[in-house]
Amino acid sequence: MNVFKIVWLELLNRKSQFISGILSITLGIAVIVAIQSISTVSRENVARKLDNLGANILVLPQGASIDDYYTSDIDAPTIPGEYVERILNSTLKGVDNMSPKLTRRVKVGENTIVLTGILPKSEIASKPLWQGIGLIGTEVKTACAPAAPQESLKYLDERLQRKVVDTLQKNECLLGYQAAKRLNLKEKETLSVLNTELTVVRILPETGTVDDDRVFAHLTTVQAMTGIPDQISAIEIMGCCHAISEGLLSKLRNILPDTRITTINQIVSTQIETNRLMNKVSLVFLIIIFFVGSVSMGNFMWANVNERRKEIGILRMMGASKKIIYQLFIYKSIVLGVVGGIAGFVLGTLAGVFLGPFLADMAVRPVYLYLLWSLLLSVIIGIAGAVIPASMAAKIDPHTNLQEA
Amino acid sequence: MILQVKNLVKQYKHHDGLINALDDISIDVKRGSFVTVTGPSGSGKSTLLLSLFGLIRPTSGTIFFNNRIITGATDLELANIRQEHVGFILQNFALIPYLTTVQNVMIPLALKKVDGDEQLERATEVLKFVGLANRINHLPRELSTGQQQRVAIARALVHNPSVILADEPTGNLDPALSLEILDFLSKINQTKGITVILVTHSPVAAEYGNYKIHLRDGRLAG
Ligand SMILES: Nc1ncnc2c1ncn2[C@@H]1O[C@H](COP(=O)(O)OP(=O)(O)OP(=O)(O)O)[C@@H](O)[C@H]1O
Ligand SMILES: [Mg+2]
Repeated sequence: MNVFKIVWLELLNRKSQFISGILSITLGIAVIVAIQSISTVSRENVARKLDNLGANILVLPQGASIDDYYTSDIDAPTIPGEYVERILNSTLKGVDNMSPKLTRRVKVGENTIVLTGILPKSEIASKPLWQGIGLIGTEVKTACAPAAPQESLKYLDERLQRKVVDTLQKNECLLGYQAAKRLNLKEKETLSVLNTELTVVRILPETGTVDDDRVFAHLTTVQAMTGIPDQISAIEIMGCCHAISEGLLSKLRNILPDTRITTINQIVSTQIETNRLMNKVSLVFLIIIFFVGSVSMGNFMWANVNERRKEIGILRMMGASKKIIYQLFIYKSIVLGVVGGIAGFVLGTLAGVFLGPFLADMAVRPVYLYLLWSLLLSVIIGIAGAVIPASMAAKIDPHTNLQEA
Repeated sequence: MILQVKNLVKQYKHHDGLINALDDISIDVKRGSFVTVTGPSGSGKSTLLLSLFGLIRPTSGTIFFNNRIITGATDLELANIRQEHVGFILQNFALIPYLTTVQNVMIPLALKKVDGDEQLERATEVLKFVGLANRINHLPRELSTGQQQRVAIARALVHNPSVILADEPTGNLDPALSLEILDFLSKINQTKGITVILVTHSPVAAEYGNYKIHLRDGRLAG
């Protein structure tokens, strides 16, 4: 037998005390783990959205709003198409991929659709300068977004759509799901818009986004149809994260006058804000839990030391030094910390998994790394709370406590 | 001499004033002797017993153990001396309630970091000696009072101490059980040569001593 086994035997023999000893640590850790598990999933969702959007920088005309980008009115502001070449000819590093677009809201009979001009890959191939950059069509991954599990998300349709885009001819178009429905058109039929006939080469699957109302056609066709040649309403850019943090945006602003340059981060900023808030809440909780946990652990250990005065006397009588007595109580607090931390992790993870879908509309998975952090935190809390009671225990006078019946 | 006490004084500070629990006690204890300490309640018997190896720090005086002064020793040194050389038996048995018989007996060996198998072997052996071989996995509350005190004796004995200090070990026991315990102490003293210092107020128990100390008001009385 090892003297430290005495601690285990005591705790196992006083289970209700054991539980009350770990309760505050367990609940505290559970709250943090639950919040963190949910916000981890939320962070991954953001990353996946970025990944699926492909682009993470948007170049818009000055004064345009993000909404304009999706549903430009006929007189919405534009920027020169030549800006694309300007970026290509600059020495800017970190622009991995670019896609210029012209978007206009137009009427087809009774219906309003969003006509979007894009550049097909064949077009890009004709410009040797663009080739090396692999402008559109290749499956790109954002440099910074963590590789999210490839679940069949609706967003993936966008990639599918790009494949078709690769070979889009000047007299062809792609129809969004809702647009096709409203215009009552099928593949290979003809769409008449702004005095132009376009063959429908494909109807895109439903995405639940504004893309469902779009009609995609060749950029130059759309420019000609709407009578704004050489103008575009946006450039989507795949920028490398490092470059963005090193000031790619302001460098772009320098060479592209009268533009508004934003990152997709700003677009999904509400979600990012929520994550930030959750992190702040976690931090506040962490601090509260540290103090409340330590104090309650201290309180528990204090009571425990007083209750164990006689045993302390017995051990001292048999030759346990003050140091051993001190160590026994610190060890006890570590045991409580470890058990409390594991229980807190399990409880918090369960709470996250069960509550996540209700609270945040997300499927939450266990994050096993948090077990490590839970243990670290709970053990530190345990020790912090036990230091004073343990040194009191070491100082307890053996003889006055020995004689008690 | 295994133990020499010279001019031992213990004063307790109490808000009602100083209490002279021990007042100039000097005794010499020969190795292998059976010492009995008697005296009325409050005469300082327990104080004397617990002062010998530092569980109570005396106010003044000198104690020699194996011709070495131990009165100025540090807490750790005294703890090590108790661990190595001393076994205690108390009136209240002082067993740890959530440890089994054998676990209680193994504590002194655990403190000395004796190897696990050897702990079990030696604890089982002394439990056999006190007649509790068939009770080793019982908790103290599952034992009779006489059995509990025998566990305490086994625990005091398991690390082969040179001195056993017993403070009214029969105080909670009926006369028949008392005799049984006293016989154990006497057997330990005679067969193992362990020095026994027995505090008692029972005249029967006092008869076991070959060196009898009588205390009154903290002083030696004839
Ligand atoms: N912690 C203490 N603080 C103050 N006075 C004490 C303390 N412990 C003992 N005393 C006093 O010291 C004196 C001796 O006490 P001690 O316990 O040694 O007596 P005893 O001979 O063992 O008595 P008993 O036979 O009742 O056990 C008593 O008068 C007691 O009141
Ligand atoms: Mg006494």
